[in-house]
Amino acid sequence: MADVAGYAAKKRRPTVSTTQWVVLVLIAAFVIVPFYTTALGGFKEIGELRVNPFGLPESWDPTRFVEIIVGPTLFRSLWNSLVISVLTVVFSILFASMTAFAFAHIRFFGSRYLMAYMLLGLLFPSATAILPLFIKMRDLGLLDSHLGIIIVQVAFAMSFSVLLFHNFFKELPKELIDAARMDNCGYIRIYWYITLPLSLPIIATVGVFNFVTSWNSFLLPLIVLNTDANYTWPLGIMQFQGEYGSDWPRILAYLTLTIIPAVAFFLAAQRYIVSGLTGGALKG
Amino acid sequence: MTSATAQAVSAPARQVRARRFVDRKGLIALLIFLPPAVILFTVFVVLPMIDAVRFSFFDWTGYGPITDFAGTDNYADVLRHRNFGTAVRNSLLVVVVSLTIQLPLAMWCALSLAERSININIFRTIFFVPFMLAEVAAGLIWKFVYDGNYGLVPIIGDAIHTDLPFVLADKFWVMPAILLVITWKYFGFHMMIYIAGLQSIPAEVIEAARLDGVSKWRINAFVKIPMIRSAIVISVFFAITGALQLFDLIIPLTNGGPAHSSHTIVTFLYEFGIRRMRIGFGGAVSVMLFIACVGVALAYRRILFKVEQT
Repeated sequence: MADVAGYAAKKRRPTVSTTQWVVLVLIAAFVIVPFYTTALGGFKEIGELRVNPFGLPESWDPTRFVEIIVGPTLFRSLWNSLVISVLTVVFSILFASMTAFAFAHIRFFGSRYLMAYMLLGLLFPSATAILPLFIKMRDLGLLDSHLGIIIVQVAFAMSFSVLLFHNFFKELPKELIDAARMDNCGYIRIYWYITLPLSLPIIATVGVFNFVTSWNSFLLPLIVLNTDANYTWPLGIMQFQGEYGSDWPRILAYLTLTIIPAVAFFLAAQRYIVSGLTGGALKG
Repeated sequence: MTSATAQAVSAPARQVRARRFVDRKGLIALLIFLPPAVILFTVFVVLPMIDAVRFSFFDWTGYGPITDFAGTDNYADVLRHRNFGTAVRNSLLVVVVSLTIQLPLAMWCALSLAERSININIFRTIFFVPFMLAEVAAGLIWKFVYDGNYGLVPIIGDAIHTDLPFVLADKFWVMPAILLVITWKYFGFHMMIYIAGLQSIPAEVIEAARLDGVSKWRINAFVKIPMIRSAIVISVFFAITGALQLFDLIIPLTNGGPAHSSHTIVTFLYEFGIRRMRIGFGGAVSVMLFIACVGVALAYRRILFKVEQT
């Protein structure tokens, strides 16, 4: 039986059985339908939502989308989120990689304890400290400012980012560092000219992970920001939803416009998100 | 071989340096590399947690000196609060449903989709998209789905000729509705963790079992799942900590309503501690949440350590 034909037949047999296939398609439908109705809902009249939930809209009238795009809030809030996320990413990468480099390559008294201290943040989420954080930011005059959000997000990103960088730096060939040291190259130059250029994969992983966290964050901006002009997009959309109550087509149009760029970016960066979560966790 | 040479090279150097805390070159580097992260982390992560402990023992309005010592009154107030029990129960419910429904679903999908091929990748991506969506957006999408007038729930009701309730305004249905959204949003993430684990199993192990005539189901149950124990421990850990900090989804969906029946621990903290500026009360909730998170994290480390030993 173990002839070539039998082997080929075995190879051709699908790894997913028909029953499995049907169940997978049903789960996929369950995942997609909310997105699908949201995307089309923005084109429909409110009465049409109930009678024609899954079909294409009667007319592809883009009025709502145009109104939202030319309106002041959407792009302002997306821009605010972008500024906050990008600066959070830049500073969290810079500070975390510098710290991880010190822990990985410079021998100094107490380095193990300081490293353990920096990893304490892995034990609890920022929500735990949100009330005293609010008081601290008020006392430091950071309320209603983007700077305040960036600082706190960078601080809370430290533990995980330092851990990922440290694991990566430890794997880099030691000979490179030792050779550079023999050539009388200082640690700062080693960090900048040798370690960082070799670390692009982990920089991408940490960067994408911190970007997603910052872009999606809601609780911190909710507590810190109180001027419309400073709102990030999650606050903007909550405010929009509050204003328009159950004018669902308008809200769905707004939702679609905020989701499209994010989902496009995340699909492109999916690889790094997955490796950041699983790789970091599995090794951590 | 490489690490051996590296050690040989650095061993004498290490002996020389061991005399001081750090050599001079290293000191300058440390003074540049460490302060930004250490100071930020101390001021905005560690000190606030210490503040929370301090606040929780005082009656403080948020202004002026903290003097009005309250002992454990704040903790007693939290434990006596009508909605605190609901919040804790809901958070635990999320954990239980994650462990009994969401993770098995994720495992089933992972086992079906672990092998590489084009049409399978499409499923993986689809299942993972909700995880990448912001919680606020996911919450609003599902608020629409559940809307009793224009959403998809009344359409299902029309199809089966019954009036379904406004699920998010119904004290009984609100939690099942939220749990469905949580499953929708996070099962793909757990699936990805399992897939990463499954792909690290050596192919020979599976092949050997298959050649011995072990059925596919038994391979899954007795070979694959036991071999990805550490991935399972990690996904359980994420499910529990995720439930403990659940906030962003609840606010757009229900805001904790109806009649405060869908609060989680963090929405409870937000509603009754922060919005009402009851700092001692909020501090006490924070401390309890902190203890829960640290307890889970330490237990997790111990379990993971044991799993990796075996």
